[in-house]
Amino acid sequence: MTADRHPLSMTVNGNRIDLVVESRRTLAEILREDLGLTGTHLACEHGVCGACTVALDGKAVRSCLMLALQADGGAIETVESLCDDDGALGPLQQAMADSHSFQCAFCAPGFLMTAHCLLAEDRDIGPTRDEIREELSGNLCRCTGYQSIVDGVERAVTALVEARNA
Amino acid sequence: MPAFCYHRPATVEEAVGLLAEYGSDAKVLAGGQSLVPLLALRLSHPEHLVDIGRIDGLAAVDDGPAGFTVGAAVRHADVELSPVTGRAAPLVAAAMPHIGHRAIRNRGTVCGSLAHADPAAELPAVALAADAEMVVRSASGERTIPAADFFLGYLTSALDETELLTAVRFPSWPRSTGGSVAEVSRRHGDYALVGLAAVVGVGDGGRVERAALSFFGAGATPVRVTEAEQVLVGEHPDPAAFAEAADVVTKSIEPPGDNHATAAYRAHVAGVLTRRCLAEAAGRATGGGA
Ligand SMILES: Cc1cc2nc3c(=O)[nH]c(=O)nc-3n(C[C@H](O)[C@H](O)[C@H](O)COP(=O)(O)OP(=O)(O)OC[C@H]3O[C@@H](n4cnc5c(N)ncnc54)[C@H](O)[C@@H]3O)c2cc1C
Ligand code: FES
Ligand code: FES
Repeated sequence: MTADRHPLSMTVNGNRIDLVVESRRTLAEILREDLGLTGTHLACEHGVCGACTVALDGKAVRSCLMLALQADGGAIETVESLCDDDGALGPLQQAMADSHSFQCAFCAPGFLMTAHCLLAEDRDIGPTRDEIREELSGNLCRCTGYQSIVDGVERAVTALVEARNA
Repeated sequence: MPAFCYHRPATVEEAVGLLAEYGSDAKVLAGGQSLVPLLALRLSHPEHLVDIGRIDGLAAVDDGPAGFTVGAAVRHADVELSPVTGRAAPLVAAAMPHIGHRAIRNRGTVCGSLAHADPAAELPAVALAADAEMVVRSASGERTIPAADFFLGYLTSALDETELLTAVRFPSWPRSTGGSVAEVSRRHGDYALVGLAAVVGVGDGGRVERAALSFFGAGATPVRVTEAEQVLVGEHPDPAAFAEAADVVTKSIEPPGDNHATAAYRAHVAGVLTRRCLAEAAGRATGGGA
């Protein structure tokens, strides 16, 4: 069979991208291989670990479980978007670093993007620790035992709420 | 991932036309949260994928006199976050937090879960407990299939390969009726080892008029344990009645045993869930709300 290809237009971290892609390729593959955004990690490649989590139109999704063509017309954010323009750590990353959230950090991009989508939700009070645990429950970490990761997100929530009320 | 031809129809007519043309060589792609893993693991290799995610006519949730209708492009998260669901379809609302994780629910669809017919999934058991109806289209017309006739076997539904499930319709939720969904799973968000979707309707005399006990993870399809439902009808919804029903469930249910749990353990858990869900559902039925 000759490769089945279709046009794909989306924005990735604010940049408009136009490509022609083979239909069987996943969003994760396009991000990593065609766009060089290797911050998005791939581990299980069938939906169970969360390492590949990115934001699609503001919502956390598994980029290994989406055909790239399903993202056509969408706005994608990857972990590369979380730092400041000068490359310094963004507030969520800084809070996680301050809490020593990660060890090997292979899982970090997925946790960061899941937390990023949670923090971006428009709500009056920040999520509780229990809610944070619930929202992070789909991301696996083989190193830390999770407490430090929950601590980091909680620290980011606290900072965000303080900043909003300041 | 194996190669295939990708189609993105804009209308239901176009979609069922493609399914009629390609037959068993084609598969519907909805949220992809079950199909893409199967493709990635090369357990499925369709030649054509028909992506129904952009069909406008399938994107609506409707709460009308005919009941609560969820179109085939509607995602779990849309239903979970809709303010209507808790009132119009409390059993669906109760099931939502158990389905995978947020990121899965942001993509997976309600109808996709029904069409996939995984016996360990929540929504097929919910559809069976709530007497839902599947609305099905093919190039030759529309038909409806009651949930009781829809789940035929492991990952096997009554859908023909040329048919599209366009919507599921849950009948209007009756008065003085409560629902509850509970499960035991290895890790939060995993498919259940065994789980239960229960409905209890209480009549004016304070006795149970209607009971549904629909188990998932307990066989090749979701299963209703009618013997235990009948034990409840006509009784006061009290712990003694719930315990008797639980006993009947544990004795009559025939769950599978595998490396995650033995059949005896699953049967025991089914009884425990029966008591818990009946208490919660009856409380909701008599407490005025859902
Ligand atoms: C890590 C993980 C955990 C999960 N945990 C759970 C869980 O705990 N409980 C649970 O219930 N589910 C769980 N799921 C599955 C999830 O709920 C899926 O969304 C759902 O099973 C299928 O819906 P979908 O829209 O993604 O369908 P798809 O993956 O797109 O399709 C699934 C199958 O149904 C067919 N199909 C889909 N829509 C239609 C239609 N309208 N008409 C005809 N055929 C159709 C497809 O051809 C395919 O064969 C999990 C998934 C993952 C990856
Ligand atoms: S790589 Fe996508 S969930 Fe594991
Ligand atoms: S820090 Fe190593 S996997 Fe999470």
